Amino acid sequence: MTAKFDIRDLSVSFHGKPVIRHISLQVAANGILGIIGPASSGKTTFLRVLNRMNELEQGSSVTGQVLMDGNDIYRSEVDAVALRKSVGMVFALPVPLPMSIHDNVVYGPTLAGISDRGRLTELTEKSLKAAFLWEEVKDRLNTSGLRLSGGQQQRLCLARVLAMEPGVILLDEPCSGLDPISTAKIEDALTELKRQYTIVLVTNNTKQAARISDETAFFLMGELIEMGPTNQMFTAPRQKRTNDYITGRFG
Amino acid sequence: MRIHPRYVQYGAVAILSGGTLLTLAVLVFIVVFVLEKGLPVLSLDFLLSSPQDMGRAGGIFPTLIGTIALPLLAILIATPLGIGTSIYLTEYTRENRVTRVIRFGTDCLAGIPSIIFGLFGFIFFVTILGMGWSILSGGLTLAFMILPTIIRTSEEAIKAVPKSYRDVSFSLGATRWQTVKRVILPNALPGILTGVMLGIGRSIGETAAVIFTAGSSLRLPTSIFDSTRTMAVHFYILAREGISNENAYGTAAALIIAVLLVNLTAYWLMHWFIAKRS
Repeated sequence: MTAKFDIRDLSVSFHGKPVIRHISLQVAANGILGIIGPASSGKTTFLRVLNRMNELEQGSSVTGQVLMDGNDIYRSEVDAVALRKSVGMVFALPVPLPMSIHDNVVYGPTLAGISDRGRLTELTEKSLKAAFLWEEVKDRLNTSGLRLSGGQQQRLCLARVLAMEPGVILLDEPCSGLDPISTAKIEDALTELKRQYTIVLVTNNTKQAARISDETAFFLMGELIEMGPTNQMFTAPRQKRTNDYITGRFG
Repeated sequence: MRIHPRYVQYGAVAILSGGTLLTLAVLVFIVVFVLEKGLPVLSLDFLLSSPQDMGRAGGIFPTLIGTIALPLLAILIATPLGIGTSIYLTEYTRENRVTRVIRFGTDCLAGIPSIIFGLFGFIFFVTILGMGWSILSGGLTLAFMILPTIIRTSEEAIKAVPKSYRDVSFSLGATRWQTVKRVILPNALPGILTGVMLGIGRSIGETAAVIFTAGSSLRLPTSIFDSTRTMAVHFYILAREGISNENAYGTAAALIIAVLLVNLTAYWLMHWFIAKRS
C-alpha cells in the first residue's frame, strides 16, 4: 500500500506548551487509520495538523514534516484554503450550517466556484447516497439541516465533506454523540468509502477502531506509543501501555 | 431571623413586576399625553402642506422631508462603515492591545453627548470643509454619532455566531471572506439590524447635533447641500420660542408615529428573515 501521508518528527505546541511530541507515522492510502487514546493525548490536534486547521488557533506552532503525496503541506507556498478542499473534516458534534440540506451539501463545491445547477444536484444526490442519508431526506432537500436528528445531521456533515470530492476524510470522534444505530450507519458508510478515500478516524471508542479501522495508532500524552495493523494491535500489542488501554485498565 | 424563601420569592416577583409595570406606565403616559395633544392637529393636510408664518399655521412638509433625509443619509454612511469595522475587529484581528484600545474608544464615543458631535460637525463639516448648514453636514455628523452604536451591536451579534460554524466553513475550504459573507453575516443580521434601528431612532430624535450642522431652514430642501429642519428640531423651536403649542404637539405626534413605524418595520423584517431561514 502506498502512503498518503508521511509524517516525520511532528511536534505541535500551543503557547509553548507541547501537545504532540516527535510523532512519525505513515497513513496508508485507501484505508482507515483509527487513532485511539485517552483525553488530551493529542489525537484531535494531530487530525487538525493534517488540514492545517490548527493554524486558526492562536499561538500554535508546528515543527517537523507533513508530506501528503510526497509534498510538504507546511511549505509557505502551500495554500491552506486549497489544502482543506482536498482534506475534508467531520467534527465531533454535528454542525449543520443554518441553511437547507441541499445548501449544506453544496457549500464546499459552490465555494470552489461550481455553479452549474445540474452538476450541484448530481453532487448532492451522490454525496447523500454515499453518506447513507439520501433515502431519508430526498423529499425534503429544501428544509433546514437543523431539523434533522443528531445521527442524520452527522451523516449530512459527512455528505457535505464528500461533495467536495476530497482525497482524505478526517473524522474527529464522529459518533461520540450518536446512538448505536446511527453509529452503525456511519461505520457502514466509512467502510464503503475507504475504497476511494483515505480516512483518519479519531475515536474514544476503542471497539469502533477495532471494528472498522485497518490500522490503529495509540496516542498517549502527545506521543505515539504504538501503531500497527488493527488485528495485531487488539490481539497482540507490543507495548504494555497499549494493552492496558485497550483492555480498559486506564483512560 | 430568616425569612422563608417562599416570601422572598413573593417579594422578588412583586418588585420585578412592579418595575416592569412602572416602565410600561411611563411609556404609555408619555405616548398618550403627546398623542392626545397632537392628534387633533395631525392630518394628512398637516403632514403635506408647507408651514406658514414660522410654523404658526400650515403644515410640516419640509420637516418631514428633513426627518427622512438626514437619518437616511446617516444610516447609508454609518451602516457599511460600522459593519465593516466590526467585521474587521472580530474576524480579521486577534484580540490584542490595539483592538482593545479601539473598542474602548468606540465605547467612549458612544457616551459622548450629542451636542459635542454637533459642535464638531459645525467646526469640521460646516466651517472647515465649507459644506455649510446642509443635509450633507448633518447626515455626516449623525453618521459619526451613531457609528459607535452600530459597531458595538454588530460586534456583539457577530461574536454570538457559534465558533463551530466558522470551523466548519474553514474546514470546507472557505476563505475568511467567504465565511463572513455566507455564514457569519446572515446569522448576525438580526443583531446587526437591531443596531441599525437604534441608530435610526437616535438620529430621528436628535436635535442638538442637527441644529448645529443642518441648520433650521423651513424651506423645502432640493438637494443635500440645502439646509433643512427635522421634525424634532421643529418641535423644539415651536415650543421653545412659544410659536405654536398646537403645532408643536402635532409635530411631536407625527414624530412618535414615525418612530413607531420604523420599529414595527424592523421587527417585521427581522421576523420575516428569521422565519425564512428556519
